[in-house]
Amino acid sequence: MTLDEIKRHIEQHLPDVALKPVRESLLVENAADLTRVVEFLKDDGVLQLNYLSSVTGVDYLTFLECVYHFYSVENKTYSLQLRVRVDRDDPHIPSLVPIFRGAEFQEREAYDMYGIQFDGHPDLRRILMWDGFAGHPMRKDYQQEDSEVLDGDDIEWLRKHDVSVSEEHIKMAESLRTGGESEETQSEQAEA
Amino acid sequence: MFFGWGILRGMNITLMNFFRSYTRKRGSGEIGALTTVQYPEERLPVKEKFRNFPFLIYDDKPEDLRCVACDICAQDCPPRCIYIVKDTDEAGKPMKKPAVFDIDFTVCMNCGICEEVCPFDAIFMDHEFEIADADRHDKLLYHRDDLLKTNEHFHKIRPNDGREVDARLAEAKEAKAKKDEARQKAAEAKAAAKAKAEAEQAKEGEPPEEKKETDAQ
Amino acid sequence: MFEKLRVKTKVIDSGASGLDTQTLEVNVGPQHPSTHGVFRMTMVLDGEVVKSLRPVMGYLHRNHEQIAENITYSASMPYTDRLDYFNSMSNNQAWAMTVEQLAEVEIPDRAEYIRVIMSELTRLVNHVSVIGFLLNDMGAFFTPTLFAFREREKILDVFEAVSGSRMMCNYLRFGGVNRDLTDEQLGQIKVIVADFPAFLDEFETLLAQNEIVCMRTQNVGVLPAELAINASVTGPMLRASGVNYDIRKVDQYSVYDRFEFKIPLGEKGDVYDRYYVRMLEMRESLKILNQALEQIEPGPFMAPKVPACLKNPRNFKPPVGEAYCRIEAPKGELGFYVVSDGSKEPWRYHVRAPSFINLTVLEAMCIGYKLADAIVILGSIDIVLGEVDR
Repeated sequence: MTLDEIKRHIEQHLPDVALKPVRESLLVENAADLTRVVEFLKDDGVLQLNYLSSVTGVDYLTFLECVYHFYSVENKTYSLQLRVRVDRDDPHIPSLVPIFRGAEFQEREAYDMYGIQFDGHPDLRRILMWDGFAGHPMRKDYQQEDSEVLDGDDIEWLRKHDVSVSEEHIKMAESLRTGGESEETQSEQAEA
Repeated sequence: MFFGWGILRGMNITLMNFFRSYTRKRGSGEIGALTTVQYPEERLPVKEKFRNFPFLIYDDKPEDLRCVACDICAQDCPPRCIYIVKDTDEAGKPMKKPAVFDIDFTVCMNCGICEEVCPFDAIFMDHEFEIADADRHDKLLYHRDDLLKTNEHFHKIRPNDGREVDARLAEAKEAKAKKDEARQKAAEAKAAAKAKAEAEQAKEGEPPEEKKETDAQ
Repeated sequence: MFEKLRVKTKVIDSGASGLDTQTLEVNVGPQHPSTHGVFRMTMVLDGEVVKSLRPVMGYLHRNHEQIAENITYSASMPYTDRLDYFNSMSNNQAWAMTVEQLAEVEIPDRAEYIRVIMSELTRLVNHVSVIGFLLNDMGAFFTPTLFAFREREKILDVFEAVSGSRMMCNYLRFGGVNRDLTDEQLGQIKVIVADFPAFLDEFETLLAQNEIVCMRTQNVGVLPAELAINASVTGPMLRASGVNYDIRKVDQYSVYDRFEFKIPLGEKGDVYDRYYVRMLEMRESLKILNQALEQIEPGPFMAPKVPACLKNPRNFKPPVGEAYCRIEAPKGELGFYVVSDGSKEPWRYHVRAPSFINLTVLEAMCIGYKLADAIVILGSIDIVLGEVDR
């Protein structure tokens, strides 16, 4: 079945859902419709897309997106890719865990890496990063750890090998040693 | 069968392997033969394609290293462990040699991509793997002079590749020499033709004076 | 057959008998010899019986996906070796196929056959090691594992001769393979494939009818088929529950449509079925290898029109678009999702790791069984932490 046929079939049964073909996938324009569409895909006698293969979060700079890949165990000839777009500041997508249990860990990973809130997920917490971690690392605007910041041991090694260290670096190292907030805010304050 | 028959059959297999370790020849690949090698007293021969850390190659003298500091391996290295600085002569003009060529062996992941992308056959993967050290910073950061090894070393560890690389370089040298020769000949022919054309032109233009000149010549 | 002999667990109900009991929360891992890596399970135990189980992962998170967003496509190839570090050739194949789908590159036949041979050898390596580790977890301390490793060493010697490294092979490239297989190396592979069935017979005799193994694995960790499909379980675990889904037959990627092989299915979905399905899959892999070694013919091993990829990978810029490609890795469905924005680095790179997703059902399978059974069930899921945490 081609993408157009699948789209028409879904629109026949769910006429109020807005779908748009984007590259080789269907974009569900309203994120709140997602659970209805997915339930239909799973229970429909014709499509029988009952195997959710992958849930991925993607960051396009103006919005966040979540991509789903569906396959069918009975009809092995076609597959379907769905997308949902949300804005970056308050991303909420209904969770697919009540329908597909396989989405549990993958949605937790999308939350951990991108900050997408999945409403209805039974246990939404960080999975790959440790529990006290602040921030969502895979976002494109995530400030990575500054490799320009040296600490006391590095400065000592450089001095031993006759490399001059600038005053700025020495000050930053001192502030790291005396403690305070995270390294990132320290270095940002020092550079500002 | 009785309870325990499966366990006895399994134990029989273990027993057969135990006896076979004495009767079957070591390293023959048959089931039951011993395969353990008592390292470091015995060592298995290293295969030719085995890739471990990289080394730079030179032909006759260490100053004639093949590397021209083009920076391609440094840009293609996945963990970015190579650091190159081009050498400059007295006038400040960049030369085709590296002044600094550092590889951090604590970062290098032995992928071999630097060898594949080098267009000058200057860097290859060595077979040395016993280079562990207690100091993480000094000893495992290799500089240009630590990395230089001869072409003979390359032939010793990788004879097939050595022959191939030498053949390729010889071919390239020959082709270049032929091209240079052809260009030289073409330039000479052109110069001769030009001189001849000028002489004829001069002859046609002013016959009496020319004749005098040619007589003088 | 031995179910009658299995001693049934009698859980003492604290209210009824008048004993004042408490549950105990125990951490299994992350440093534990049986958890196949740095993996932690937080279990709530009532005596020895598991009441609830929470897997905690992320101890080996190396940020592979973000690294791949900052380096070129070819430079990601050695990093994919390190995802599922037992089966590096399969990971390479999945990544190579994804980029070839994105950039629409055709691969010559000989390269496809070489890839299939390497994948099936990897499947042999993986299944034989997993069965060895499963028995390790059960207490047969290392004897079956070392028998398995003896055969694995022969295959790793072939990998070293072909690609330069035993485990982190970095052998496949976009458009084909790195170097050709010489006739000598093909001969080595033929010898291995000829000797393997005898070893498999012995391995099976060692373990399949063993009463202790049967008592500890039959009817333990049963996974019903509907739950398996719903939880996106793939690989031998899915097939042991009776679901006929093998991506080599479904998608028929590479040249798998030219080989005849069967898909072994289990009945009950317990640990014994998963172990036996892997045993039978090894025999099917040997059939594929025999056919591939007969059908392979001399030819080019790299696509002639690869777009500027071999000699300067830093200039390889695939067209704008995305691709999702999946293969039947030994552990399940390994998929790569890549979004390209036309530059030389991917915009988004995601790995659909089978071990990560197969762990969803760990809790459902372990509840009601003892702690020792939970270790055996974890061993039968066949995880490797490089993939779980990326």
